[in-house]
Amino acid sequence: MSPHPLVVRSEEFVAPGSHDFDLPPILGNSEFFTKPMLLLLLSVVIVATFFWLAARKATIVPGKLQFAGEGAYTFVRNGVARDVIGSRDFMRFVPWLFALFYFVLVNNLFGIVPLIQFPTMSKVGVAYALAGVTWLIFNGIGIRKHGFLGYLRHTTVPAGVPAYILPLLIPIEFISNILVRPLTLSLRLFANMFAGHLLLLVFILGGEYLLLHAEGLTRLAGIPALLLALVFTFFEALVQVLQAYIFVLLSALYVAGSLAEEH
Amino acid sequence: MEGTLNLVGYGLSAIGPGIGVGLIFAAYINGVARQPEARGLLQPIAFLGFALAEALAILGFVLFFIG
Repeated sequence: MSPHPLVVRSEEFVAPGSHDFDLPPILGNSEFFTKPMLLLLLSVVIVATFFWLAARKATIVPGKLQFAGEGAYTFVRNGVARDVIGSRDFMRFVPWLFALFYFVLVNNLFGIVPLIQFPTMSKVGVAYALAGVTWLIFNGIGIRKHGFLGYLRHTTVPAGVPAYILPLLIPIEFISNILVRPLTLSLRLFANMFAGHLLLLVFILGGEYLLLHAEGLTRLAGIPALLLALVFTFFEALVQVLQAYIFVLLSALYVAGSLAEEH
Repeated sequence: MEGTLNLVGYGLSAIGPGIGVGLIFAAYINGVARQPEARGLLQPIAFLGFALAEALAILGFVLFFIG
């Protein structure tokens, strides 16, 4: 494992790279339980506690906490699930979409929370697992509704296309709908979080290095670098919320596509 | 100067999705400006198009680290 620039401070500037995402184990020598693992557990506790507290004393006239909890729930229930899946089938998917959105959102926001500052989703395995769940759900729902062959036909044969072009279209549709969808879904989340964290590392570590270790007037360049780090932190907050929203929106769209009737 | 050509390649490949994302949001802003009540309908479509165009840049980003 390469030295972490926050721990080992050498006179040479160590440019941030993918080695910054290999964090040391927390307990003993277990490579399994590292900071991302701890953050995953923490996010589950945060999300569960917040909504448990918000829903515990539900009254007809909501208090502040209940109002916030209901607003958060309504956003996913109406803004994503009902609008995308349609008012007939959406209720079955609300618990999954709701949990998914707030799980991803909290894990993303860890990237800019002071003292934590590590987006869990910048470890690609987490994103693969979440996209895998989505893949199983939208394929499973489609197979249950249309049957196995019916679902394959539903998802790979576009309606209203002349027959002579189908040999070309069916493989493309199969690759794009079955194989590439989970890949882009997970990589989009992962790469956004990864690139965002890397961007912040460049500005913060580079700014700190310039300010404290550079020669002469070059030190002044550290000040705009750190100010830009602040600006990019707010930009990252926007990206993190947006990516959580897009992840859930696309999951809902895939489910809606599987549920759609034949044309 | 150190680095790999991957960096240059990724920079070039990000131009396309950049233009695409710009066109998508331009169309979205145009649509909302012409018909403000269509905002709720257009927003998911705009973000969907944004996500799909962005996927190309994301794949390039991953290949940059793999390659």
